[in-house]
Order: sequence, then structure tokens, then C-alpha cells
Amino acid sequence: MIEEGTSFLTVNDLVVEYTSEGSVIHAVNGVSFSLERGKTFGLVGETGAGKTSIAKAILRILPDPPAKIRRGQILLEGEDILKLDEKAMRKIRGRKVSMIFQDPMTALNPIMKVGKQIAEVIKLHNKATNKQAEAEAAQMLELVGIPADRFNEFPHQFSGGMKQRVIIAMALACNPELLLADEPTTALDVTIQAQVLEMINKLKRELDTSMIMISHNLGVVAEICDDLAVIYAGEVVERGSKEAIFDRASHPYTQGLFAAVPTLDEEKERLAPISGLPPDPSNLPIGCHFHPRCPLADEQCKIEKIELREIESGHYCRCIKVAAMEN
Amino acid sequence: MSALVEVKNLKKYFETPRGMLHAVDDVSFSIETGKTMGIVGESGCGKSTLGRVIIHLLDSTDGNIYFEGKDITHANARQLRKLRENMKIIFQDPYSSLNPRLTVEQTIMEPLLISGKYSSKACSAEAERLMDMVGIDQRLRLAYPHELDGGRRQRVGIARALALNPRFIVCDEPVSALDVSIQAQVLNLLQDLQDQYELTYMFVTHDLSVVRHISDDISVMYLGVLVETCASKELFRHPLHPYTQALISAVPTIDIHNKKQRVILEGEITSPINPKPGCRFKKRCIYHTDQCDAPQQLEEILPNHFVACCRVREINQL
Repeated sequence: MIEEGTSFLTVNDLVVEYTSEGSVIHAVNGVSFSLERGKTFGLVGETGAGKTSIAKAILRILPDPPAKIRRGQILLEGEDILKLDEKAMRKIRGRKVSMIFQDPMTALNPIMKVGKQIAEVIKLHNKATNKQAEAEAAQMLELVGIPADRFNEFPHQFSGGMKQRVIIAMALACNPELLLADEPTTALDVTIQAQVLEMINKLKRELDTSMIMISHNLGVVAEICDDLAVIYAGEVVERGSKEAIFDRASHPYTQGLFAAVPTLDEEKERLAPISGLPPDPSNLPIGCHFHPRCPLADEQCKIEKIELREIESGHYCRCIKVAAMEN
Repeated sequence: MSALVEVKNLKKYFETPRGMLHAVDDVSFSIETGKTMGIVGESGCGKSTLGRVIIHLLDSTDGNIYFEGKDITHANARQLRKLRENMKIIFQDPYSSLNPRLTVEQTIMEPLLISGKYSSKACSAEAERLMDMVGIDQRLRLAYPHELDGGRRQRVGIARALALNPRFIVCDEPVSALDVSIQAQVLNLLQDLQDQYELTYMFVTHDLSVVRHISDDISVMYLGVLVETCASKELFRHPLHPYTQALISAVPTIDIHNKKQRVILEGEITSPINPKPGCRFKKRCIYHTDQCDAPQQLEEILPNHFVACCRVREINQL
């Protein structure tokens, strides 16, 4: 589905399932995408679409049980990390790939000094003495805009925005090549969000980090991503460059998302909600998973599994009702 | 045009071990019947406290609250009971604001029973009508909150708020816990109900896109103080206060071709405990001078457009 070789990260046909009380939850159903070095790839979708499961699969931190990676490849510089043993994986985590978690209030250890928490990561991955690691941790704090003299404070002494910066400092401490950012600004106020997004953009430029940005906020994605995939019920329903998706959104779900959000850019008398609810992942509709909510759906959509098709160069859409575009 | 709700110099202070916390400080505004006043600001600015003080879930420290022209600041328990039929609130988190041990029907019926106006049979019929109004299927009458998704739970919260036909509803971040596709459904429902029943809303939110969409007028709060208030369209066309300008510019836009000029604020919201008398925004303001240490007054800068900033004319070249 995706040509291998040139990409820094390639996710190929990834399938993740959770087993719970006898029923199987189909969280990720054959997701494929690739990311080039230094670029940012966005995963957009609503709660329960499977975005976080994809990120956790890349880091191999899905709780097993109940989660199982059933199928697929995750190629990091050509090497399938799903085949690595735990020991090799630990070398990758934090050092080569690291993650910024969504909730800064719960991701930090409440009884450990913030500086120490950053130093811990550095020590774990480098042959550094305590002193070196702490000096480096202090530098990281400065890098994310926190004065180094707050090294010895505890998380409760920090505001939400500052905690999120500490988490970012931690994720960046070992200079990872790939950063997985899971809704990094969702818990923050807009003016602080603007600060954090600007900081992430700056760090990305300076350190040439590749990034996967998970968000439900189309504005944040527009701000920070080069390419993106829209995820619905564990599947990529549309994928392409930011320009392709924002200018020529084609899948009815993507179009629905754009119509449903109020924006500052245009006035909408009335919002156009997507009718119905996201499907139950343990009992996905047959055929196109979106058909019960789709204004275009007909009998055909309820029968066959819909494949992702290229509708223009580099722009893919999983819908039989959408015709290929002509340039 | 008459104001349904009016507050004058309203203050709410909380005593804390470190000093007096000025959650709401000298706030005045009025909301006309059938209109929506949006209250916007970041976490900790006092917007939720303001809503709760107005409907008497919290006592005010000073100032006056008027409802239908009557001063209700010091209403006693009996008067409050009557008032509360007319003033309701929809809470932010539909996961924690519903009693997990009451069914949908019981939740909606509770205020009806307490009012003593309905027989139990009439209550049941009224609950049915309210469920229809907010679009909850009758088959969910006996469902418990944990069986419902976020959007439906919020509809239950709305139905409960609509019981007894209130005239004024404080909507405290009613859609921020919901996914975008569901958020649009609930916003449309609130608008429809307002049109049908001439409801008056005070819509408290941190989300500028939502507040712009739903409000007729908007007040911007910063650290307990009202810094700017005017019609919604006017606010987004000509934001005058430096904080409003920064706030609006900070919202990420989906317009990928026209990147707007962004004002990035330094630092974070300061402490509301024992604040100094001057402008509360001074520390983060790019225009601040020594003048800003004097107390700021809300002043009509353009017609019906009030701003609390001593340098506003200079900054905006008015």
C-alpha cells in the first residue's frame, strides 16, 4: 500500500484489538501512513477513533492484555520495530522515539522534583553522571522557557502550561528523532497553547525532529502539520498533504468535521452537525464504517469493504461516492 | 428592550490562607431578554464563579444582582425557591454533574417534584415532554447516566435545566467536554430552544469560536475583571483591549493560506490573591507603562463598546 524505503517511519496495515469481557474492540483497523524525516504528520479524529492506540503501538506501550497488535508493520528507518524484543525496544523509547502525553496534570510524578524527572530520562539513556544529567536537565528547562532555578520544585507548584512544558522537555531530553505528541495542547488555555505550539515549531526547526501530532482540533493541525490522515473508527478515511485536505476535503466525514466546527474565520448561521454517533468499536457496521451517518450512503456502501483510493496525486480517500479529481 | 438580568459592581472574594482571592471584582453588565451574553476568558479568570454568583449558587461579597428589574442580591430562602424556577444552570461535565443513581426520568423529574406544582402523574408527562424537546428517545427513560454517551448526558442536563420553564439559563461550558460532531448538535439545540421559548442565556466558555457563534454580546474577563464588552460581531471585528487582541490572535485558524499575525503573550495568568490596584493584565501586556498602575475603569470607547484600558485610544489610534 505504501512504498517503503525512503520514509523515516512507515506504518503498514496496522491492526490493534482490545479484548474485553469476551468482546473484541477493533480499535485500529489496517492503518497505513508514512512520515519523512523532519516532517510533521497529523492524526485527526474524534474520541475513540484509535489515534492514541496508533501512537502507543509505535512506542509499543499498549497494555497487553487487553491490547494486541494483530497485524502490520511499523518500520523505523526500514527496521520493523514490532519484531524487536523488549530490551531493544527500551533503547528506542525515550531516545529515538518519545511521546508527549495529553494530560500534564497526571503525566508527572507528584512526589519527585521536576528537574530530577527530566534528569532521570537523561541518565537512563546516556552514560552520564548524576551531575551531568542534572546540568543537562536544567538546560532543557531553560530551552522550554522555564527558569533553571525552579529545578527543585514539585509539579504542584507549576501551572498547567508549565507542567506541559516539563513534559515536552522530558520528551525532548534525549534529542529523539521522532516525537509522538498526543493532544499536547488540549488541556491548555489558548494563549498558553499558542506559546506551546510556537515552541514546538521552533524546537522542530532547530532539532530537525520528525513528529506525529494527534489532535481533534483542526486549527492546531493546520498550524503545525505537513501531511495528515483523518481517522474514523480505526481507519484512515482520508490522507494527504495539508493543502489537499484543507482545500479539497473529499470524504463525507472530513467534510462533516469542517462543517460542524464554529470558526473565527467565517460566520455560520447554523452549524451542520454530523448526524448520529460514532460506531461501537466492538460492533462496527459492515461495509463503510461511516455509512450510518453519511448523507451520500446507498446500498452499495453497506455491502463491500471500501478501499483507500488515490483521488489525486498523494491524496487518498476511502469512499466510493467520491470521484477522482482531474487536475 | 429591557434587561432580564443585570449585575452592578458585583464582587466575589474567597478567603484563602494566603490572602483574599478576588475571583470576581467589580463586574457590571446586563443581559436583555431573549439574548445570549457570552462570558469568555481563560481558566481561573472567574467566569464560572460569576455565573454561579448570579444564580445564587454562591453568595456575593458585594454589589447587586437584578432579575426582571428586582434586586435579588439578598433574596431569602423562600424567595430563592421561587427564583430558582426561573434561573437554571447547565454544567460543563455531563459525566459528573448527573446523579449516577437516578434514571433519566428521575433526573428530569426531580425539580418538578420539588416545586410541588405537579402531581406525580403530571410530572411523568412533563418529563416526557422535556425529553422530546431536547431529543432524547423515550426508550431511554429508565436508563442510567452511565449507559449514555456524552452528548445524550448533556441533553439530560439541558432537559433538567428546562424543567419549570425558566427564563434565564447559565450555560457553563456546556459543550467543551463533547466531540466536535456532537458539540454542533448541542449548540444547535440550545439555539432552537432559545428561539422557541425566548430563553436568555449567559454562555460561559473559554472557546472563542463557540462564543462567537452563539452570542449576541460578549464580555471578556481577565483575573476577575471585565476588560471588554460589546456586541459579538463588533468584538471580533474591532477587538480593542490588548488582552482581547492577544486572545483572538492565539486561536489556531483552519485557513492555511492566510496566516494571521499572532501576538504571543509572555508568561501566564498572575495570581488573583490580593491583586494590586492597577491593570491586572499589565505584567503580560506588550503596551504597559507606568500609567497602568492606576485602577482601570470600563469606559465606552466606541458606541456600546466598553473597554477597561487607560491606553486603549493610543494603542488603537482612535
